Amino acid sequence: MGLAISFWLLAAAAVGSALAVVLLRNVFRAALLLISCFFAIAGLFVTLGADFLAMVQVLVYVGAIAVLLLLAIMLTREAATGSPFSRWRIGGAIASVALLAAMIAVFRATPWKVADQSVVLKPTTAELGARLLTPESGFVLPFEIASVLLLAAVLGAIVLVKEK
Amino acid sequence: MSFLADYGYIGLFFVVSVVFALTTVLIPQILTALGVIPSKPSPAKSATYECGMDTIGKSWVQFNFRYYFLALLFLVFDIETVFLYPWAVAFNKLGLFGFVEMVIFVGILVVAYLYAWKKKAFEWK
Amino acid sequence: MVGLQHYIILSAVLFCIGLYGALAKRNAVIILMSIEIMLNAANVALVAFSRYVTPQLLTGQIFAVFVMTVAAAEVAVGLAIIIALYRQKEKVDVGEVDLMKW
Repeated sequence: MGLAISFWLLAAAAVGSALAVVLLRNVFRAALLLISCFFAIAGLFVTLGADFLAMVQVLVYVGAIAVLLLLAIMLTREAATGSPFSRWRIGGAIASVALLAAMIAVFRATPWKVADQSVVLKPTTAELGARLLTPESGFVLPFEIASVLLLAAVLGAIVLVKEK
Repeated sequence: MSFLADYGYIGLFFVVSVVFALTTVLIPQILTALGVIPSKPSPAKSATYECGMDTIGKSWVQFNFRYYFLALLFLVFDIETVFLYPWAVAFNKLGLFGFVEMVIFVGILVVAYLYAWKKKAFEWK
Repeated sequence: MVGLQHYIILSAVLFCIGLYGALAKRNAVIILMSIEIMLNAANVALVAFSRYVTPQLLTGQIFAVFVMTVAAAEVAVGLAIIIALYRQKEKVDVGEVDLMKW
């Protein structure tokens, strides 16, 4: 019961603030509502039993990505210009709603193989660390490639931003 | 389900903080609307308060883009923390192999840090 | 009772909101924010499948951690491109970036 209430509250908060991000004209307010959307999704992760991911969501999205986006707004002084629509305003809406209708139809028609829900949920951090880093589960190479990706991102960003 | 119930307290804390902030903002507005507090605005009263000094310029200044490099490096090492944390919790199970993996991971990211250092991304001339 | 379908439909709704923002906006920073919403929607779906289909394996949660890593790299480079664009054009309107348009 508590889970159902928190799901509906958090889902409403996430969808509402995501819509506000897309529809508001003020860029700075859009960025602040994006942060509230990230918080709501962290709460949804908690309702799914993913406690470590909820922490990571707050740490990475709210702590780092949102700060970088706010910094970008202040760097480019675009709060004055607002956030106008392109000529895809109507076409984009039609395409998104059509995709949404198709996805919901497919999700409702698919017989999902839901597992037995009687398992006891445990804190996931230690389990995630063990699964991420033991060779048997096969995530060792993606893990190292993630660091190469971050290295490439830092090099690319510095090359692009550094003045000549 | 038991450990999820503990997160309910965080939710409760969040609700209390939001309600507290909203009441402190809304009480003066409601009292003004009810006529309990007189409302006589004047240019001096509605000026921006900044430690008693007159404000200079607008608050929409353009930030120096050098802050971007600091934010960038912060972002990268934030992600590194995300991977370090479960590794540290599961360290006893992982042993030497996990340690070597993490040394390679951190080593690659140190290259990024050294590159930023060499390119003088942290210097403010 | 809330089940798997609730979470994946929520994920689809968030994804389509992000898609609309990415298609219909001209401000590059707002487009980047919409892409973040889409990545978050994918994360919700991954964690929901991990919880309801394979509750013992946590594979979806590991995928979500990698998605967050990729999102961080994407934001870092995306903002670098926006800053470079702003230096060239003094604007962040994606309609202005048409030098390679046919």
